[in-house]
Amino acid sequence: MSAQFEPRIIAFLCRWCSYTGADLAGTSRLKYPPNVLPIRVMCSGRVDPTFVVSAFRKGADGVLICGCHPGDCHYNEGNYNMMRRFPLIRKLLAQFGIEPKRVRLEWVSASDGDRYAKVVTEFTEQIRQMGPLAWDQVLSAPPTREPVESGVTAS
Amino acid sequence: MALYWAASCGGCEISVLEVNEAILDVAGFFDIVFWPVALDFKYHHVAAMADGEILVCLFNGAVRNSEQKEIAELLRRKSQVMVAHGSCACWGGIPALANVTDRDGVFQRVYFESPSTDNPQRITPQTSTRMPEGEITLPVFFDTVYALDQVVPVEYYMPGCPPVVDQTLSVVEALMSGALPPPGSVVGAGSKTVCEECKREKSDEKKVRRFRRIHLAGDLDPIKCLLEQGVICTGPATRSGCGAKCTTVGMACRGCYGPPAGVVDQGAKLISALAAVIDSQDPEEIERIADGIDDPLGYAYRFGMAASSLRRVRVQ
Amino acid sequence: MSKVTIDPITRLEGHGKIEIFLNDEGGVANAYFQVPELRGFERFCEGRPVEELPRITPRICGVCPDAHHMASAKACDAVYHVDIPSAAKKLRELWYSAFMAGDHATHFYVLGGPDFVMGPTADPAERNILGVIQKVGLDVAKRVIRQRKEAHEVIEMLGGKPTHPVGALPGGLSKSINEEERARLLEIGQGMVEFGQFSLQLFGDVVLKNPDYMDLVMSDAFTHRTYYLGLMDDDNRVNFYDGHVRVVDPDGREFVRFTAPEYTEVIAEHVETWSYLKFPFLKKVGWKGLVDGADSGVYRSAPLARLNAAEGMATPLAQEAYETMYSTFGTKPVHQTLAYHWARLIEMLYAGERVVELAQDPEITSPEVHKVPDATPDEGVGMVEAPRGLLIHHYRTDSNGIVERANLIVGTTNNKAAICMSIKRAAEGMIKPGKEISEGILNIVEMAFRAYDPCFGCATHALPGHMPLIVTVRDTQGNVLQEIRRDG
Repeated sequence: MSAQFEPRIIAFLCRWCSYTGADLAGTSRLKYPPNVLPIRVMCSGRVDPTFVVSAFRKGADGVLICGCHPGDCHYNEGNYNMMRRFPLIRKLLAQFGIEPKRVRLEWVSASDGDRYAKVVTEFTEQIRQMGPLAWDQVLSAPPTREPVESGVTAS
Repeated sequence: MALYWAASCGGCEISVLEVNEAILDVAGFFDIVFWPVALDFKYHHVAAMADGEILVCLFNGAVRNSEQKEIAELLRRKSQVMVAHGSCACWGGIPALANVTDRDGVFQRVYFESPSTDNPQRITPQTSTRMPEGEITLPVFFDTVYALDQVVPVEYYMPGCPPVVDQTLSVVEALMSGALPPPGSVVGAGSKTVCEECKREKSDEKKVRRFRRIHLAGDLDPIKCLLEQGVICTGPATRSGCGAKCTTVGMACRGCYGPPAGVVDQGAKLISALAAVIDSQDPEEIERIADGIDDPLGYAYRFGMAASSLRRVRVQ
Repeated sequence: MSKVTIDPITRLEGHGKIEIFLNDEGGVANAYFQVPELRGFERFCEGRPVEELPRITPRICGVCPDAHHMASAKACDAVYHVDIPSAAKKLRELWYSAFMAGDHATHFYVLGGPDFVMGPTADPAERNILGVIQKVGLDVAKRVIRQRKEAHEVIEMLGGKPTHPVGALPGGLSKSINEEERARLLEIGQGMVEFGQFSLQLFGDVVLKNPDYMDLVMSDAFTHRTYYLGLMDDDNRVNFYDGHVRVVDPDGREFVRFTAPEYTEVIAEHVETWSYLKFPFLKKVGWKGLVDGADSGVYRSAPLARLNAAEGMATPLAQEAYETMYSTFGTKPVHQTLAYHWARLIEMLYAGERVVELAQDPEITSPEVHKVPDATPDEGVGMVEAPRGLLIHHYRTDSNGIVERANLIVGTTNNKAAICMSIKRAAEGMIKPGKEISEGILNIVEMAFRAYDPCFGCATHALPGHMPLIVTVRDTQGNVLQEIRRDG
């Protein structure tokens, strides 16, 4: 019996709101899956699309981006930058054959530990259902696959 | 010197020859020992050389079959300096767009489904065919297209599709004089973005409420920045050095000079740039405006699929 | 049985090899011309906005990108059902004619020409541009460079860049020209006409008056009776940019004609396991293998074929040259493969005359060069004559103009079967039982190939002197029996 697939999720959390909210979930001892690797950034607007594709390239099965609620950004409009990138990132991923729902954007305030735990739980389960992405396997397929049929002359 | 073309169109060879009269200086300085487009040296001439006997190899074209991979490895052994010549060798180029599919995907279209193809027996090219007279072979067509440095180590990258003449000349002159930057450098190009060279007028305000396809726009201002007018232009995410020739005649940049200095993933940066000009803070409206970008992958990675972070599409 | 391999083919299509099998007597059992390359444009154009295809498809060929750019733009026009403004048509044709003039000059003088100008029995070390220069003068080389430079100047003026130009889009062009530019275009065209006349004169002096060469030209080893086709105007005169295709049979009678959307009714492509490149043939005749004659669907394309299929040239000096060629051979169609070089020069002259004509057209400086398409895009076909053969781009899009399917039949591909046949026949003509394989056969085989000016065949300069070539004769176990070196 093989082990259950444990998703590996990278989360980019903004320092002012969502990282604090994630911390609160921890200090409140809320239960949620341990599948998320958090990376603190100063603002969700800092999340370059490069980070997202890079995360998938390096083995992530899902990418979570959390920022302050619109209007509450510590830098006024940083989260709007992320909001504007998000549909394009999803469209791009879809074209690469990556389910767009493998990347998720959520607004989590500093006091919202509950919400963070709920999002992580939901997302982890969603990714578990989708299965592993395993991008290294996509790339490591041997380049010299032999054709199936042997040589046949037609005329 | 050796020059070789892998999965290439020949445009880079032409760009070398575009130096016109200066080619005679090049031919006088270098002994060109392998150049299939122009000279009759064969593969086994190269194989017979000592390792490192070739001072510099200009290798253009992406690597997409077994023959190209073998010759890349052969030339690497025999050459002291390997230059990825042109965008295909540097980043995969247009041929790397084939990474949206695999060998079967290509064969399916070309040999079965093309409306002009008459192939009821569903024959496909084979790596080995036994004819009545004997065996003849073809190289293996890979599933994935590779940039040169994904196959062998490379000292210099010379971008462009093709590299413009002045830049080609400057690189060749640098090779002749020995005044080369540290290995790993991009040569024959600038270090900023195409916007720097583009002569169109740019304002500080870039607010796009609708992206427009250039042939449908109709009333484009010939002087203003194209991106400001909603036309998708890759200039902000593309290395300078080409002289912005495309925008000069009213067409948008499509990124053939590759990523600017310091950028690892050109396409991701383009996505970022396009998103940044969307003039809205409402998620639904943003979605609607972004829908006007019909082919993010095709704009983002037109010349750089092989070198992108994800490199190829997952085919299921 | 043993096998002679030439790999890679050089000074031509960058990726090709020739395998010649010898029978036990030492004659030729068969010869195969293989193309080991495929990139898959038909597939990866899917999903792209259709207006991007005139920017993607030129990367099929860096020597004739303008051909793809134009065919693609025309296919886009057809997809959008837009009739582009008259000035745009004229400008596109002017641009395209300048391109043809430059490209044909390059092939004749640097690639195919040396065989012609120096003669088939010349020293290999002289059979290159340097030999040509020595024979006809350094001024000629400078003139060739000038023709290419000026052709590129025209392309850059309208298309932005000399290689992979960008000015054509669905609905027309992205920029128009002013009076100053027009005057320059006229000047360039006039130079091209002069050079066309000079080249034909040279051809007459150096080639037609060389009896050894004419023997080769007229020999069976270099003759194929095939169908011919080309793009024509309404008067059945050669047109590179637009018109209908006329197909004639080996006796010169019109066999069929078709417009762009009808191409699949006439042309089909055959597949073999031993080459990535397909073999187009005439559907109504059928694929009978690599054979000549009216019962075989093999046809030829490019300069000689265009002239054979036409009833004349649309400009006066070219028409005169056309009449001279046919009266020299005494028949039409001309089946001698090496006449491709002559036809190419006639076309080069025509192209120059066309640049002049169009540059003098009062409409050419009109600012009305683009019409915004308003129909819903769906499907369309664009055809032009590339230097190396008929070029067809066929696209199908969704209602948003995003490509769903693309089909391409590219220049040299049309001649794939003919090239195979020409190589085999040339090899048979030169390799006989009991006769040792010499350096001579290598060049004869290459000459058969080079006449077609296959894509990538354009080396604008063949560099100093020697063209070494090694032919390895192996037995069926792969042991080397003989090595013939031609170290130039």
